[in-house]
Amino acid sequence: MIVFEKPKALTDAPLHYCPGCTHGIIHRLVAEAIDSLDIAGRTIGVASVGCSVFAYNYFNVDMVQAAHGRAPAVATGVKRADPSKIVFTYQGDGDLASIGTAETVHAAARGENITIIFVNNAIYGMTGGQMAPTSLPGQVTQTSPYGRDVNTVGYPVRICELLATLDGTGYVERVAVNNVKNVRNAKKAIEKAFRRQVEGKGFSLIEVVSTCPTNWGKTPQGALEWLEENMIPYYPLGVYKDKYAEEAAK
Amino acid sequence: MADKILMKGNEALAEAAIMAGCRHYFGYPITPQTEVAAYMAKRMPKIGGCFLQAESEIAAINMCIGAAAAGKRAMTSSSSPGISLKSEGISYMAGCDLPALIVNVQRGGPGLGGIQPSQSDYFQATRGGGHGDYHLLVLAPSSVQEMADLVATGFDLAEKYRMPCMLLADGTMGQMMEPVELKERQEAPVEKPWALTGTEGKRKPNIINSLALEPQELEKWNEERFKRYDIVRENEQMSQSYCMEDAEICVVAFGIAARVSQNAVDMARAKGIKAGMIRPITLWPFPEKALKAAAQQCKAFVSVELNMGQMIEDVRLAIECSRPVSLCCRTGGMIPSPDEVLAAIERAAEGGK
Repeated sequence: MIVFEKPKALTDAPLHYCPGCTHGIIHRLVAEAIDSLDIAGRTIGVASVGCSVFAYNYFNVDMVQAAHGRAPAVATGVKRADPSKIVFTYQGDGDLASIGTAETVHAAARGENITIIFVNNAIYGMTGGQMAPTSLPGQVTQTSPYGRDVNTVGYPVRICELLATLDGTGYVERVAVNNVKNVRNAKKAIEKAFRRQVEGKGFSLIEVVSTCPTNWGKTPQGALEWLEENMIPYYPLGVYKDKYAEEAAK
Repeated sequence: MADKILMKGNEALAEAAIMAGCRHYFGYPITPQTEVAAYMAKRMPKIGGCFLQAESEIAAINMCIGAAAAGKRAMTSSSSPGISLKSEGISYMAGCDLPALIVNVQRGGPGLGGIQPSQSDYFQATRGGGHGDYHLLVLAPSSVQEMADLVATGFDLAEKYRMPCMLLADGTMGQMMEPVELKERQEAPVEKPWALTGTEGKRKPNIINSLALEPQELEKWNEERFKRYDIVRENEQMSQSYCMEDAEICVVAFGIAARVSQNAVDMARAKGIKAGMIRPITLWPFPEKALKAAAQQCKAFVSVELNMGQMIEDVRLAIECSRPVSLCCRTGGMIPSPDEVLAAIERAAEGGK
């Protein structure tokens, strides 16, 4: 009996991510959700710009690569072209929470029946470690070399909290993948987000608090510890909105 | 023959798009093209189509990318400042070899400019507009009838060559009313094996992408795209000639400038000047063949434009500077009068500039 194998929704292409980066885990969780719902044949993914730009090589489904920040708009076009398709985007924090804030907020406000996987590692990875909209106060990056000074560059953006205020948002949850328990919760959340879409229950976004050991200047283990000690207190895990659970409870 | 009805250019264009099979329109309000969006908003829900008012022009073009990637006839429309915003997406569209129709009902610029008719986005449209090596098919209607007819032509060409098509109108074309005959199109839909329709477990995933980090690969993609452009240049040049049989002075004008120029040509002929006109219908590919042939018989050219002189460069290139080319232009939303064009023709006939 096979008890463990690679998800069918992942290709055989070797991942290009740095050692200790959690993109690989998140890719796997997305693929497992696609497999468990048996939707690979009708799923269309939208890759974004950033470290996960090559997602189109890794997911074994039809894929389109979007301009920086525009993935939710591209996904809207794909979904409106054929609402029976399952459409997801996979975006980082620079892409989604900075240059693509308008596309994100309005896709949610429209209640667009898509799923967004939002990977928040508080830094621009691909361009080499610049300050992100989600970089923490005091965080040292290439473009905040003296630490993020909130008096001059302002505060991080908490996407789940922000989107939870919109009537159009269906389901938003923040998860992390820094330990086994959190990975299991993340798996459940991602699968639930896709299931909501299959059921036609509108916009869902899962924010995954993630690591960037290379640009944080940490070891893989050190990055997981930094995430737990610094990221999670600023970005508390949990469900921020679950419209259908709320309605069911009424 | 279908009956002629009186319609505004923007509305004729919108209905023609629906008749050409477009069921996915994404737009954003901007004068003087807003009637296109308003018309689509009214019609699309009644025919099972999708009208969506995007949060920005940027989002609208990216929604078009999504629907086009999924194999649909997708369309967006805007006016000059909005087209600047769409330019990022247009570049991606070209880089992804996606067919779609982008309508620009031009107004005066730069910046916020004005809302009166203009042709000052000629460079932007014919040179690509966004970043990178690419072209768009660019069609220039000169009547409300052509606002309608060129829509189906645009979709057909875009799908045939897998490249975005821009319908470059000016504010006058969008706003004026003329009798128009809307024609049903019966063309068989083009096969799109590249479209994202889900693998259904029966084929390998389709990937639509413009990223190639290996320079050799990106060079190859661009060279292959330009081979396709060469075929377009060879086969798809469109223009209309007026009084060119014995013309000695050739006026070159498109859109509303061609309507004015036609009057001026008639006035010149009444004065005994052998004037004629070539009206480019495709601005890219530019009708070089027609102009080159005209250079054999004409002694001078006059480029009439609603800008500070943009198409004139293509006129000079097409005739390889073998004849003098003068400019007759108004800008900022102004339209030259037939008398102004006539004066330019007379100057050219006298050998002046």
